Amino acid sequence: MNTSLKPLDAQASRVQGSSVRVGDRIFRGMTRGAGIFVLILMASIGAFLVWKAIPAFQNNTGNFFTTQEWFPDSDPPVFGIAALAFGTAISSLMAMLIAVPIAIGTALFIAFYANRRVSTSLGFLIDVLAAVPSIIYGLWGLQVLMTHMDGITKWLNDYLGFIPLFRNELGIYTKSIFIASVVLAIMILPTISALSREVFLQVPRAHREAALALGATRWETIRMAVIPFGKPGVISATMLGLGRALGETIAVALILSAAFEINWHITEPSGNTFAANIALKWNEAGPIGLSALIASGLILFIITLVVNMVARSIIAKHKEFSGANG
Amino acid sequence: MSISTTETEEFEGLSSQLAMRRLPRFAGLYSAFIAAALTAVIVGLTPAQGVAGSVVIWFVLFMVVQTAWSFAVEGRRFASDRLATTLISTSFLIALAALVWIITSVTIRGLKAFSADFVTTTMRNVSPLREGGGLWHALIGTLEQVGIAALIAVPISILVAIYLVEYGTGRLAQWVTFFVDVMTGVPSIVAGLFIYTFWVLTFGFERSGFAASLALTILMIPVIVRSTEEMLKIVPNDLREASYALGVPKWKTIVRIVIPTAFGGIVTGIMLSIARVAGETAPLLLTTFLSQSLNTNPFSGPQASIPTFVWDQISSGTPASIDRAWAGALVLIMVVVIFYGLARLVAKLTAPAKD
Repeated sequence: MNTSLKPLDAQASRVQGSSVRVGDRIFRGMTRGAGIFVLILMASIGAFLVWKAIPAFQNNTGNFFTTQEWFPDSDPPVFGIAALAFGTAISSLMAMLIAVPIAIGTALFIAFYANRRVSTSLGFLIDVLAAVPSIIYGLWGLQVLMTHMDGITKWLNDYLGFIPLFRNELGIYTKSIFIASVVLAIMILPTISALSREVFLQVPRAHREAALALGATRWETIRMAVIPFGKPGVISATMLGLGRALGETIAVALILSAAFEINWHITEPSGNTFAANIALKWNEAGPIGLSALIASGLILFIITLVVNMVARSIIAKHKEFSGANG
Repeated sequence: MSISTTETEEFEGLSSQLAMRRLPRFAGLYSAFIAAALTAVIVGLTPAQGVAGSVVIWFVLFMVVQTAWSFAVEGRRFASDRLATTLISTSFLIALAALVWIITSVTIRGLKAFSADFVTTTMRNVSPLREGGGLWHALIGTLEQVGIAALIAVPISILVAIYLVEYGTGRLAQWVTFFVDVMTGVPSIVAGLFIYTFWVLTFGFERSGFAASLALTILMIPVIVRSTEEMLKIVPNDLREASYALGVPKWKTIVRIVIPTAFGGIVTGIMLSIARVAGETAPLLLTTFLSQSLNTNPFSGPQASIPTFVWDQISSGTPASIDRAWAGALVLIMVVVIFYGLARLVAKLTAPAKD
């Protein structure tokens, strides 16, 4: 579009003389400045976090990456992100395990199974899940979901307890990483589902009709025509969901019992994540404590940045789906 | 979009008449009944118990019965098709059930402590143990913080979107597009951390409602840029060219022709972004903290907001404060819904007339 306008634009300014060009130049400069501002903003987020994290790194007597304790304000300060990294990784991965299949199924249902007249409204309904604030997910997870999770976690312990992940040696099933993962799964479901649906709807109709014409069942059509076409889109949707799960703060902070240890028994009350820890410790932290929290936030920022960049570059490679809803 | 269900069904009906043996029309229903009967037997004879457990057993049996039956009559391909249909429909139902469960919990529990007084009083001098009090201070805080955030974010975002659509070519535009997208994924707590390091630690300002607004601005910008960009892109080129043909300079064409044409869509996008950030808690905890009483000045001292009000009430943990937390959640959902409703209204009012 822009290229077709260029010659016209140039002509217009040549005919009208310099007064036009000044207005155009100022306006263009303003918009360009706003664009550059966004880049500066992103760069300064990184820069300020690094700068303010330095005192923590200088004073830490533990190993920042392998220490599990978090005592940045004691003398000498000892803290590390091992427990936080573990909790963040395992809760996000569990959430992905639960959410990805359900989200893809939901997207397929809305795109190909639901009645065409209601499918837009159904899509809207699922998008409502994305609009629910995270504090409400936290409150619901803590007060409602947690009281209904004893059955399944006990069952996991009784029948799958031979897998260390599901063993529960305490007999207490509340405030666990498992519950947090279920809540996270519900939170990231609409993100993954919306983008996947958008991609599925862009599968060329001819591809699907060709499959159907060959006598393929609906499932075979999806497997042969829809999934191969939509795969990169679904992968990037999954990455965006992962990004959201990694950075989710409040819901996780409310549900977990915030322990600084690596506990593989995910149905026991334990666990902590980068984001939740910042929210919980912020208002009781001293100078080094703040700096240590900023340092852990920096790590979270870098991780989500990488995850999002990978997701976005996959989308950018397949320009057809813009990810407008992501 | 898709080949409609009726067409497919007709087609399947035809093929079954011609060549293949298919299951009876209500095979799914029959399988459901058989599975229910088997579930009753299993729950009756074994220690398996509970409603949730029974539903799971029933669902597994249903899939087994239906797939096995279909496999025996129709063969492998149709059996897997039926299984896929069941699984795909079920995943949608699970998502829907989660939504319904959350919304009904908030509505039912929220109504316990909700009243007109709840909206018009503050938590000043209300002990956590006592009932009463309200979130007037938090409502004011949220409206001020979100309003200021919108005032800052809207002009910047619209300029960025104009740059990307009308001017941007080459490297810089690519970088801006890419980083606006990446910015969508910045965790809200990181936005709060950044504003704290920048505004409080570096420049020495106190924590305030305004600092919270700055954090919310960071979260709003990418959302508004993306939606405005989409809207500007669908403004017909003919309009721009007609304007150029009349000798109108480009900037004036954008300000007077392009933006007004896309106005409805842009406002809708802004409303949606407001609805999204109105529920943010994490950045506010870092940048304004909590307050029990009304503070109308966003530039000085801690200021409450609805999400942090809910957080505070949950942290108190007494029965009365948990009720207040749910009522706060209900008000928060209402605020979000109002902004979504406004967005839809604007979209509807400004939608181009259908010819």
